[in-house]
Amino acid sequence: MPDIIRNGVTIDDNFAEAFPMSGTGILITAPNAKWARQAALTMTGFATSVIGCGCEAGIDREVPPEETPDGRPGVRALLFAMSSKDAEKQLVNRLGQCVLTCPGSAVYSTVAGEFEIKVGDAVRQFGDKWQMSKVVDDRRYWRVPVMDGEFFCEGKVGLTKKSVGGGNLLIMGADWDKTMRATEAAVSAIDGVADAIAPFPGGIVRSGSKVGSKYKGMSASTNDAYCPTLRGVTKSELDADIGCVLEIVIDGLTDNAVREAMRAGLHAIIEMGPEQGAKRVGAGNYGGKLGPFHYHLKELLP
Amino acid sequence: MKPFTFTLRQEPPQRVDLSALTPDRLAGKSVAQIEAIELGVTRISTKVGDLFKISEGDLKTVRYEGGSSRFDLLGAKLLPGFAIHVEGDVGAQCGRLAKGGRITVAGNAGPHAASGNLGAEMEIKGDVGDFLAGPLAGELAGMAGGRVVVRGKAGERAGDRLRRGILVIEGDAGEDLGARVIAGTILVLGEAKGRIGYLNKRGSIVLARGGCFGSTYVDCGAHELTFARLFARSLRDHSAPAADLLSRKLRRYGGDTAVYGKGEILTAD
Repeated sequence: MPDIIRNGVTIDDNFAEAFPMSGTGILITAPNAKWARQAALTMTGFATSVIGCGCEAGIDREVPPEETPDGRPGVRALLFAMSSKDAEKQLVNRLGQCVLTCPGSAVYSTVAGEFEIKVGDAVRQFGDKWQMSKVVDDRRYWRVPVMDGEFFCEGKVGLTKKSVGGGNLLIMGADWDKTMRATEAAVSAIDGVADAIAPFPGGIVRSGSKVGSKYKGMSASTNDAYCPTLRGVTKSELDADIGCVLEIVIDGLTDNAVREAMRAGLHAIIEMGPEQGAKRVGAGNYGGKLGPFHYHLKELLP
Repeated sequence: MKPFTFTLRQEPPQRVDLSALTPDRLAGKSVAQIEAIELGVTRISTKVGDLFKISEGDLKTVRYEGGSSRFDLLGAKLLPGFAIHVEGDVGAQCGRLAKGGRITVAGNAGPHAASGNLGAEMEIKGDVGDFLAGPLAGELAGMAGGRVVVRGKAGERAGDRLRRGILVIEGDAGEDLGARVIAGTILVLGEAKGRIGYLNKRGSIVLARGGCFGSTYVDCGAHELTFARLFARSLRDHSAPAADLLSRKLRRYGGDTAVYGKGEILTAD
């Protein structure tokens, strides 16, 4: 099959395979953008992969004061899990430990889903019966007294089972610096896409995995076909010109959000070109039989 | 589309019960059938046709051209999605037990306006009588949802036993504002006389002008409250002065500690 080349960057004729997930999220506001962001960062910490963290979470976007319900700066954080029960458990725990504790924070629903998770209705009990409920425009909120004033939290937030997790791009370049440059450009393009997040550190994962291991009981292990240091000794997918591979994993509230995020990332990489950035872009899949969502790179090209 | 309109021919000779004239109860009736509806509450008959000239229109909105302080139970049990406008005054129990929808009164309203309201948006451009949003004798709770904005003054015991919802009184409020409040929010932009928030359980009473609230209300200091900012945004289109009040720093008086004591009076600091 002939290689697809755009602006000197080789695009594999391959596809990303993604899975249905339960997606939810909250809008966190605070007296200033710094503390809104801090609450969201803390809440979405240790949430890179459902395998070890129970959920995947990240910051979707910063929300200006004009768009938030209380007129304060906000940050929209999204959280994805394999079941609605897991999503609920993770969100309630993270809200209680990371957002309730963060100075100045308030929480609002930001996902219009088919289901609702009780968050404020759980966290309110921290108020030890001093909490007060307020219903505004048919939505219930809780005022929980805390040491810096009040923690204000919506009673229920939306959850959708139509979310998609596992969209991905494999970015391959000559060395670490160039590959990182292209990958960072892709991540910042993905940041601009609504309803999608890249949950790994800074949006980037360097330890892509394959299914299975030589060790008993390990369900996943290093993706040796894409490890540049094993190029000669394993059945490698890499040519001699590739010295570094980085991956971006994308979760989105909808199928379309994941597709648009992958498209935005791919375009940013292609625009940078191979001299400054990546030489080749691929995508990870499991043969196409496990996940119902397939994103073919050739369909996302400019 | 033009609203379904009742134009007043004459002042009613007796008090009239208008609860039958809500949009859902008028649906499917001919003009002749509507004109035959009995409104009187005494042995003397007063029918719709005696009082009003009817001009048909979209039943989503019912309009009264001309009102009277004898118009009782106007918009009672109104359902969501419908609207009633009165170009004039109304009598007692306007919007009683309304489930939703919108009621606007260009004139004054009598006692027990919005009594037991469950979700209607009400706007009264004039004054209201006593027991705004309060329960009738023997009932355990007053208004349980919705939003009522009074542009003028309110009589005594406004917000009695309020359970849920928002009351905005842009003018003055009479004695015993927010007595026995269970929960919900009351805002008064004018002056509130006499005892305020007597036996308040969990309600919020927000006053533009401070005062002495008795020994059972305890000063908790002035604070920037996030919930007030959200309320301010929600109220901006309905009452700009109320939104301004909520945007200010508010001094919190906790009480009524004579009872449950989880409520508050908030005043502009």
